[in-house]
Amino acid sequence: MTRVNVSLLVLIACVAALPLFGGAYALRLGTIACMYSILALSWNVVGGFAGYPSFATAAFFGFGAYATGVLMNDGLPLWLSVVIAAAAALLLAALLGAVLLRLRGHYFAIASLSLVEVLRELVNNATDLTGGGMGLNIPLVAGSSVMSDATFFFYAMWGLFLATALMVMAVASSKLGFGLACIRQNETASSMVGLNTTFYKSLAFGLSACFVSAAGGVYAACVHYIDPSDVFDILYSVKPIVMALMGGLGSPLGVACGAFLYLGLEEVVWRNYVQIHTGVLGLLIVMLLLFLPHGLISLRPGRFRRRAKHV
Amino acid sequence: MHAAQILINALVLGCLYACIAIGFSLVWGVLNVINLIHGSFIVLGAYLAFALYYLLHLSPWYAVVVAAPLFFVLGYLLQRLILNRVITAPVLVTLTLTFGLDLILNNAMIYFFRADYRKLTLAPPLGSISILGVVVPVDRLIATASALALTGILYLLLRRSRVGRAIVAVRLDRDAAVLMGVDVKSIYAIAFGLGAALAGCAGVVMALIFPISPLTSSGYLGKAFVVCVLGGLGSVSGALAGGLLLALVAGVGSTFFGPSHATTLSFVLLIIFLILRPQGLLGRKGFE
Amino acid sequence: MSEILHLHNVSRHFSGLQALRKVTLSVEKGEVLGLIGPNGAGKTTLVNTICGVTPANSGTIIFDSADITGIKTYQAARRGLSRTFQVVQPFAEFTALDNVAAAALFSRPGESLKSSREQAKAYLAFVGLDAQAGQSAATLTLAMRKRLELAKALAMRPKLLFLDEVNAGLNSAEVERATGLIHQLAAQGITIVMIEHLMKVVLNVCTRIAVLHNGALIADGAPRDVIRNPAVVEAYLGQQYAQRNASHG
Repeated sequence: MTRVNVSLLVLIACVAALPLFGGAYALRLGTIACMYSILALSWNVVGGFAGYPSFATAAFFGFGAYATGVLMNDGLPLWLSVVIAAAAALLLAALLGAVLLRLRGHYFAIASLSLVEVLRELVNNATDLTGGGMGLNIPLVAGSSVMSDATFFFYAMWGLFLATALMVMAVASSKLGFGLACIRQNETASSMVGLNTTFYKSLAFGLSACFVSAAGGVYAACVHYIDPSDVFDILYSVKPIVMALMGGLGSPLGVACGAFLYLGLEEVVWRNYVQIHTGVLGLLIVMLLLFLPHGLISLRPGRFRRRAKHV
Repeated sequence: MHAAQILINALVLGCLYACIAIGFSLVWGVLNVINLIHGSFIVLGAYLAFALYYLLHLSPWYAVVVAAPLFFVLGYLLQRLILNRVITAPVLVTLTLTFGLDLILNNAMIYFFRADYRKLTLAPPLGSISILGVVVPVDRLIATASALALTGILYLLLRRSRVGRAIVAVRLDRDAAVLMGVDVKSIYAIAFGLGAALAGCAGVVMALIFPISPLTSSGYLGKAFVVCVLGGLGSVSGALAGGLLLALVAGVGSTFFGPSHATTLSFVLLIIFLILRPQGLLGRKGFE
Repeated sequence: MSEILHLHNVSRHFSGLQALRKVTLSVEKGEVLGLIGPNGAGKTTLVNTICGVTPANSGTIIFDSADITGIKTYQAARRGLSRTFQVVQPFAEFTALDNVAAAALFSRPGESLKSSREQAKAYLAFVGLDAQAGQSAATLTLAMRKRLELAKALAMRPKLLFLDEVNAGLNSAEVERATGLIHQLAAQGITIVMIEHLMKVVLNVCTRIAVLHNGALIADGAPRDVIRNPAVVEAYLGQQYAQRNASHG
């Protein structure tokens, strides 16, 4: 277990203690922090490890939200709906990945972006199933009080966060992670040494989708009402990228820290500059990319320097 | 609706789509940058036409003349000062950067102009004409003619002028262009400026027909994307081919599946082309 | 001697340009075949076609008694076909050790990362790069990168090894060294097909030579005979010289 991995687990453990100190607001913030971390860590598998700039995160987030919502409306309990949504996303992403990951660079980025649009429109039009543009109501889950609701969802999201982090750490130190690093550096050479690149890439894409989908499901249950433009929002694709870039591409600890930092900034900006908060977000992105392209992790002297992406 | 009407509608719409996409295509083809601010530039151009018409009572013709240099300078500076710093960075960085810039511009427009839809209604209204049973609104006709004129101007520019030849050279082979003495940094800025100018002018043209609001910028961007992938990058003919194909598919699809599916159809078409023929109908391979 | 590779009427074109014309060729197990021909003759294309990078348009390829026509690159690699690239293709961020470990890891099912890294050390030692094991591939000189490429190819434990211009860009001392390595490999029983321009090396190392010109196989046999073949001389030096040479006997 490397030092960086331990640090990440310590961070996650600290976060778990949040309900002891904070009220409903802090819990809500903590839930979102965990959710952002899940999205960013998942994206990192495809974007950081394999080097494929995916903009599809929102597609699977929305997919998970709606799959869970529909299943819960059919009477299934939350945990089962989320598991099914995650499994379905894994399968869907792996299949789509086999096709889309043949594209490189810009073309892959656009194709993944289009996936968000296509899914959104499909959901919008499938009014009978999803409620279309009018949105979908999701039945209540836990307890009665605001606090127990908030605490329940916090721990649900936290659990997913832990699971995602474990998945990412496992991938990073495994043959899969090593293979993805090969693909990132030189895809032609990778297949020349016997690596089945299509399989590895699809698997990575699938793994990056399933936890995102689960997070979408928990999100939907938490907010009780979703509509297509809410969950299939391109920002859910772009924000994880910004978080990963902020923290330092490839390093799971960096990415998680990036997510937390980003949320902090977002909250501050939102509370103080409501009307122009997207503009300020844009400014943040621009500043980040111009002046700190390797993320915060590059500021640390040598220790956690970005390297061949298996920690 | 009979076939001739659908066809004419597609032709008209196709030219408009081409006009929307041509600046985007140029920037992508020459700089290998996907300019996500493109849609917002178009909307800004539309607002300019709107403002000039209602505040200064200048007809949209003047707006085009004003828009071109204004947007050119805007684009040139943007590229020279900001985008040029990351021009060698991977796709991820440039895409996210232009996304961030677009957030700023779009938010600024919402803040200053409000999100409500405005409409530039010409007074007196131009009505429509009917040829052999096919009805075409005159404002659309004028818009189409203007769109074609803009693409024609770009075509001549790329073909005949020194700068234009340099731009094409950089698009075809950047390194060879450098060896031939082309100042690539400058060409990048000029090309981006040109792309912005075309977007601004396209916005003026769109203002004649479509409602204006910052919320429409992603719609324009989406269309530009699809047109580029369908038709091929960096060329006028590619933009026209892509525009016509998209308009045809949207028109036929609307008739058979209903208008609500038009966007889905266009994106599905996009994905199909990306998989089977990423260089588009008329493009060259290798522009990833 | 048994046949390890057999090509029958293999053709390949690229949008109108016929790169390979009905090439029929056999490679015996354990031999060192030199594949020569003027630039653009189709030598690298032939290797690409056999290894699955650019599948053949027609014809069959039998390797180790199995039909491998049209298989994917990674499948060819796993079956025991290994190659080096003319323009070296390392994993730039990885160390030399991990570069070779990658080759050992993915070419054989059931390998673990740990054991691959162990084995990699041996291959690096064979090509003389053990001192550079911990260095990133990007920092190696061209000669070292070529040796790294060779180590990677060997780590795949190939039955047939394609060497694509391993000597390009090397000085004479480095060429000597590379030739020595190839001799050692041949002695170990690995079948080798080498694309090579340096005649000195070809005549020194190869047991047989095949000549490609404009995509077609124009000569195939013992080195001394092939280089005197008028068709070969003509291909390299032109008709006039060939006629002049023929008249001199």
